[in-house]
Amino acid sequence: MYDVAVIGAGVAGGMIARRLSSFDLKVCILEREHDVAMGASRANSAIVHAGFDAKEGSLKAKLNVKGSEMMEKTAAELGVKYKRNGSLVIGFNEEDKKMLYELLHRGEVNGVRDLRIVEGEELFEIEPNLSKNVVCALYAPTGAIVCPYELNIAAVGNAMDNGAELKLDFEVEGISQIPGGYEICSGNEVVKSRFVINAAGIYSDEIAKMVGDNSFDVHPRRGEYILLDKECGNLVKTTVFRTPSKMGKGILVTPTVDGNLLLGPTSEDMTDKEGKSTSPDGLAKIIKEAGENVCGIPFNKTITSFCGLRAVGSTGDFIINTPVTGFINVAGIESPGLSASPAIAEYVVSLLERLGADLKPKADYNPQRAPMHAFRNANIAEKNEMIKRDKRYGRIICRCEEITEGEIISAIRTNPGARDLDGVKRRTRAQMGRCQGGFCSPQIVELISRELGIPYEEVTKSGGNSRINISKTKGGADI
Amino acid sequence: MERKLTCIVCPLGCELRAEITDGKVQSVTGNTCPRGAKYAESEVVNPRRTVTSTVRCINGSVLPVKTDRAIPKEKMAECMKIINNTIVRLPICVGDVIIRDVFGANIVATQNK
Amino acid sequence: MTDMVIIGGGPAGMSAAIAAYESGVRDILIIERDTALGGILQQCIHNGFGLHRFGEELTGPEYAWRYEARVRELGIPVKLGTTVLDITPEKVITATNPEDGIFKIEARAVILAMGCRERPRGALNIAGSRPAGIYSAGTAQKYVNMKGYLPGKEIVILGSGDIGLIMARRMTLEGAKVKMVCELMPFSGGLARNIEQCLNDFDIPLRLSHTVVEIHGRERVEGVTVARVDENRKPISGTYEFVPCDTLLLSVGLIPENELTKKAGIELDPITNGPVVDENRETSVSGIFACGNVVRVHSLVDYVSEEAETAGKAAAKYILEEQ
Repeated sequence: MYDVAVIGAGVAGGMIARRLSSFDLKVCILEREHDVAMGASRANSAIVHAGFDAKEGSLKAKLNVKGSEMMEKTAAELGVKYKRNGSLVIGFNEEDKKMLYELLHRGEVNGVRDLRIVEGEELFEIEPNLSKNVVCALYAPTGAIVCPYELNIAAVGNAMDNGAELKLDFEVEGISQIPGGYEICSGNEVVKSRFVINAAGIYSDEIAKMVGDNSFDVHPRRGEYILLDKECGNLVKTTVFRTPSKMGKGILVTPTVDGNLLLGPTSEDMTDKEGKSTSPDGLAKIIKEAGENVCGIPFNKTITSFCGLRAVGSTGDFIINTPVTGFINVAGIESPGLSASPAIAEYVVSLLERLGADLKPKADYNPQRAPMHAFRNANIAEKNEMIKRDKRYGRIICRCEEITEGEIISAIRTNPGARDLDGVKRRTRAQMGRCQGGFCSPQIVELISRELGIPYEEVTKSGGNSRINISKTKGGADI
Repeated sequence: MERKLTCIVCPLGCELRAEITDGKVQSVTGNTCPRGAKYAESEVVNPRRTVTSTVRCINGSVLPVKTDRAIPKEKMAECMKIINNTIVRLPICVGDVIIRDVFGANIVATQNK
Repeated sequence: MTDMVIIGGGPAGMSAAIAAYESGVRDILIIERDTALGGILQQCIHNGFGLHRFGEELTGPEYAWRYEARVRELGIPVKLGTTVLDITPEKVITATNPEDGIFKIEARAVILAMGCRERPRGALNIAGSRPAGIYSAGTAQKYVNMKGYLPGKEIVILGSGDIGLIMARRMTLEGAKVKMVCELMPFSGGLARNIEQCLNDFDIPLRLSHTVVEIHGRERVEGVTVARVDENRKPISGTYEFVPCDTLLLSVGLIPENELTKKAGIELDPITNGPVVDENRETSVSGIFACGNVVRVHSLVDYVSEEAETAGKAAAKYILEEQ
């Protein structure tokens, strides 16, 4: 019997599991996919919002501002990149300006520090490449950027390092109450746990229904993005938003912590919870609107486009509650969910305590995780020390991002270990550069095959039926 | 009867016109060099192709091979079957014969391994 | 200080090294990131190389071997499995490999011979999902020809560049079904003889003025939507057609690998994406030369070898005159 089972290994589930692993509790994380960070945490705007968007007094507002304050330390402990680059919400006319003052006011009520409206020369001093049609902006110096899936992976990894168990390919099919807790089923597997935390993203409404809670729905909202080459990351310094409308915050233009330029997202309500497709119209909209916000975006330096599904709850706010005893919903974690995630974890722990969980701090809890890109970020002397200890750090596999065999092996062996090509990509950046894996994927397949002891043709892109090769060309299987 | 052909002898890819009577090429136009005329004659009567592929090695890797001369075009699939059913021992040098007399050609290694 | 460092041990690098040696330079080092010389030729196992240089039709590995044998005969030093990370305009090269770690070499002259790379899907921005089963033609070529694995069974190829055509034949011979090759332009970018012997021989349709507008499938490609395009290359409504397949190969062009070129502060040509070079293949940085597909994508490897000779000789002259 586990003390706590967390359903969903996204950034919310990961952060909660990590926080729980600091106590003397038996914790498991249940994830339906082949890897962690596979839902909204994988594909989003990678922004730590300052906290002026959410309605005053909402859970979103409270946890956003608090999470944003916690993020720098959390990211440092987890060894992932974080950069406080500030954000600008730009306005093109008097109407926008009015809205910006409303946002300023809301932000101040929410407790966001250092917010102010900037205009004229100062605006273009902060961001010289803004469109000349921009007349004013709300400047939030506390806005930041972080790599969402790295944060997610590191949170789960740190939880595992502190004793939490991760069960992948575990799709929850049923939950039943048993004396003193719950029984959670997936195929023939059964997990028993005293408490259950439902952090299942776009499926959290379905999980809630399994314990009889029909009080909310979650629907997917599609957000498409275009990612540009690292040459372009300097075009803007801050995250540039448009003045928001009903459908969200509009198309933003932002550098990423890795130096790429990210454009998006579109915002489109969907019914299909698996429909992660980009659309010709969506991509066209991004190009049009991003071009209206910032001058000189080199769209010909696009390296990929992708799509994420945000889990939009029917209440308009985060849904964090206890519908039945021992069961906590963490649902509707749409934007600013990433920003709020460290605070969501704290909040959930406080709920657990109220439910009677025995939260004794773990004596040997270690909040630190080895930096994710230790080799990459080292200087030449340090790198040579590492190569001397392990020659595989001297062999470049991904030429675009200069990722070595040593780093890839480490990504496969470090909690939670990569098991497929996308897993290696998210952990190391190998295949994420200009050639998008064209050169290095055959070698990475080989490393995964060797490390995990599976045949070359069994290696997948992202689990399930996503094999990279379907068979040997010839010569039978027994060679 | 006139037949249009694309010469495959060299990268120029000349568009050939072959005048055919009784299944035989009487004249060829459009060729830049004599090899084009020869190609057209062969292509009409008995089209031939060089086959390149790989054979499986005893250690599980693959070795690139080719037919050392062109074989009848309609035999390509059969040639592939023979290649696919072969497993070679290493080491191998460029030019080593892997399989003898496959539709008049030898299958030879094109790489050292 | 090394007299001449050649970055890349493919056809351009080897040919330049031989020419430089034969022009009197002895202190030469070829740096190659792969574990063997030959570059991309090692995976181009089809024939059609060398007609111009050798008067006979060779496969890629055979063509490479002609040069490698000569490099060995001359005893020109080669560092394999070594990746160059940086070049400065002062010709200081930083490289790494498992044995030496990260090290620096100063060179009197440098010849850039890193070749080219394929344009990835991102550059095209095709809408749809991102399942397994989408490969650039060169990547598929590596899986099939060098690793001995088949990436898919039912193939649609976008782009009729030569690698795409060659792969249509290779995958067919290895047992896959190539359903069609779509080409955005009203003409093919590939050689006529490749259309003849790689497509027509196997009854593979070439759809000119067609493109892939959407990719379908969750885990693995399940099909693509193809459409005819108008004279502005925009898809024409009413011509959309779903084609079931498990693999989409992209053969949509090659671009010079210019990362190191940029790091060395060399002026680039916006048309070719390679460095601007003079008739001696010297770049805007004195003593740094460039040849082969790193300069511009050549139609024939024979021309790459020829250009590399020019660069090798000129770089040799540069060194000998400097001394």
